[in-house]
Amino acid sequence: MSVKEHSGDYFIPDPSPWPIIGMVSLLTTLFGGALAMNGISIGKFIVGAGLLLFFFLLYGWFRDVIKENLSDCYNKQVDTSFRMGMFWFIASEVFFFLSFFGALFYIRNIALPWLGGEGYLGATNEILYTGFENVWPTHGPGQLGGDFQAMGPWGIPAINTLILLSSGATITWAHWGLKIDNQKQLVWGLVATVVLGLLFVILQAYEYGHAYAELNLTLESGAYGSTFYMLTGFHGFHVTMGAIMLMAILGRSMKTHFSAHNHFAFEAVAWYWHFVDVVWLGLFVFVYWL
Amino acid sequence: MSTTTLTHDEAHHHEAPKGWRRWLFSTNHKDIGTLYLLFALIMLFLGGASAMLIRMELFQPGIQFLDPDLYNNLVTNHALIMIFGAVMPAAAGLANWMIPMMIGAPDMALPRMNNLSFWVLPAAATMLILSFVVPFFPGGGTQINTGWTIYPPLSVQVGMSMDFLIFAIHLLGISSVLASINIIVTLLNMRAPGMTLMTMPMFCWTWLVTAFLLILVVPVLAGGVTMLLFDRHFGTSFFDAAGGGDPVLFQHLFWFFGHPEVYILLLPSIGVLSHVIPAFSRKPLFGYKSMVGAMLAVATIGMVVWAHHQYTIGMSLGAVTYFMIGTILISIPVGLMVFNFIATMWRGSMTFETPMLFAVGIVLMFTFGGLSGVMLAVVPADMQYHDSMFVVAHFHYVLMPGAVFGLFAGVFYWLPKWTGHMYDEKLGKIFFWTNVIGFNITFFPQHFLGLAGMPRRIVDYNMMFTEFNVVSSIGAMIFGLSHLLLLYIVIKTIRGGKKAESRAWEGAKGLEWELDSPPAFHTWTVAPQIK
Repeated sequence: MSVKEHSGDYFIPDPSPWPIIGMVSLLTTLFGGALAMNGISIGKFIVGAGLLLFFFLLYGWFRDVIKENLSDCYNKQVDTSFRMGMFWFIASEVFFFLSFFGALFYIRNIALPWLGGEGYLGATNEILYTGFENVWPTHGPGQLGGDFQAMGPWGIPAINTLILLSSGATITWAHWGLKIDNQKQLVWGLVATVVLGLLFVILQAYEYGHAYAELNLTLESGAYGSTFYMLTGFHGFHVTMGAIMLMAILGRSMKTHFSAHNHFAFEAVAWYWHFVDVVWLGLFVFVYWL
Repeated sequence: MSTTTLTHDEAHHHEAPKGWRRWLFSTNHKDIGTLYLLFALIMLFLGGASAMLIRMELFQPGIQFLDPDLYNNLVTNHALIMIFGAVMPAAAGLANWMIPMMIGAPDMALPRMNNLSFWVLPAAATMLILSFVVPFFPGGGTQINTGWTIYPPLSVQVGMSMDFLIFAIHLLGISSVLASINIIVTLLNMRAPGMTLMTMPMFCWTWLVTAFLLILVVPVLAGGVTMLLFDRHFGTSFFDAAGGGDPVLFQHLFWFFGHPEVYILLLPSIGVLSHVIPAFSRKPLFGYKSMVGAMLAVATIGMVVWAHHQYTIGMSLGAVTYFMIGTILISIPVGLMVFNFIATMWRGSMTFETPMLFAVGIVLMFTFGGLSGVMLAVVPADMQYHDSMFVVAHFHYVLMPGAVFGLFAGVFYWLPKWTGHMYDEKLGKIFFWTNVIGFNITFFPQHFLGLAGMPRRIVDYNMMFTEFNVVSSIGAMIFGLSHLLLLYIVIKTIRGGKKAESRAWEGAKGLEWELDSPPAFHTWTVAPQIK
């Protein structure tokens, strides 16, 4: 069979410098990070340079994608590729969070009972940590980080839950606006979502400040401090990223880049935002409440 | 920096771009596949060189020329370079080259991201090599003496080279996840009209399952090493019992990734076999559906048996029993695959070109490795074998034939398609025999060493183990040097040779053989119709 050589419908981008810039920026950032963590002061600057390059990369890469989209390069099949890609990316993120939830469950349900003298490894308690009682929250038999108070669920965390849930509603409202070509509803829906997202981040930052200053709850506070800060911290980082993504699509909405039938970027960000929302519900129940 | 005008015509070049931009900025699945394969080849020699040093050191009891820390550092890097640098990129290279051609797609679904997933690898390799060399600089800290499993608390105590290693793992994870997303999307969205999931080539199926496994388990490893990083530098106590954590938690996180990783390494090669064996037996694959089913079963059960790597850590009787039974269960679907291959060969009109030789070698030797795996899966027996050279022999029998020989088979099978030239069959056969004989001389004696009680990851050993170690080291030299022949054959084939036809092998089936050898820069820009 001879192969006909003419343009198909599926868009194959031109050779692009962005992937290799991505490689350089990741390498620079992490190389600098490894130095900085070991007290080599130049590391910080290398990290800074790497991050700058990384943001430049994000800007440039997405600018290309947007340009291609606006000049109608993408057909339905390309759109499906993007959607599936985003879906599987979120799936991988779910498993990243599962590793931290897994650590929390393992520590609370398996490791701590042993340290407290239960089960077939309970001898640990008699031999190494006599008198250690298994209660949650704990900073372990070594009482690492000194006495601390745990973070209760019914203050800021409950408010943050409401904030994130309502932001899920506002972004859906914006989406409805987009579907009926109501520009105003789209923009205001997104503005509300961005504001709620930022409010969440600010409250979370305030909560951290409160925990460090008044509760003596730090990253060093044993198993509780470790799981608390890593889970909420990575989640907060994702919310921040999500808020930046929301701002980007807010800007694009104001430039009327989206239409009722062409708005993959909007939906991708919305999915991501809902994902962040669901993770928070898990956090609220398992980290703050139970 | 980038293109400004983007119309359909300009966006599709009919010929390859010229010069360095072609390789650095590529969005072409064939070029990226070539880059992956070249990278894997370089890493194969790097990892091989470290293995040669290890075997030279073990030639005699006593310490010859490596100090114990450097020995451990080499053991660690040998594993990581081979697994993440050689085998996975080579399998990804095959996927990049073949999947779009096999399913009638114009390219991978997300071509720019495809290039990113490749280029992250050299960055990861740089970090990995830095982790090896940093201790030799003033203030560089201690060498990595943990092995590739980087268990705490030892890995918390290692110097800054461990941070380079952790970041290398992050980068490798990014690369694998991006590549997997791309492969899944390509397979689900880019198949030619008329090709269903249950009629797509088996190599595509194996990669679909592999990519799925990668997306599920690599982020967990990333999470685990991130916790390790925080334990090292920021005072958390995930793996510190004094703070209420548990070092064993890291082992669970690691092996939740590590065990499916075995299937991630193995399955693409099983995919290659499912093409090579039918082609050279001139019969269709005996059971397509049973093959798919077996693969899904292996992947599913493989996700939930990770703790068989940790029998000796002190698990409850219920837990070890569960993990033992689960592990032994895997031998059923794997056995199904092996019998499938044998049934495909049964009464076939078989010829034994190099890819087929490797394929038959795999069926034989991978099964052997699988059987020693069943021995290791049995808890009371494993209590004796654990951390002995028997384990080393076992997983090299699984990974060399299971993964690497499969990749060799794929390379020889498709080299005519890629280069347009037939490789030198005589040299190919010589390569196979030196390789296989060298491999068996290296690793077969290690079974006995392990059963006699020689521990692994130890620079020195008891006098009583000398003879088998001498044999093993001599085998390793034959085995290692044989790869120079591979290099020679590949270069020779790229530079010239007998012209390959479109269908380079008379028994080969599939869309990729309808294309010219070598194929045009862009293929299947118009999707073929599958009846």
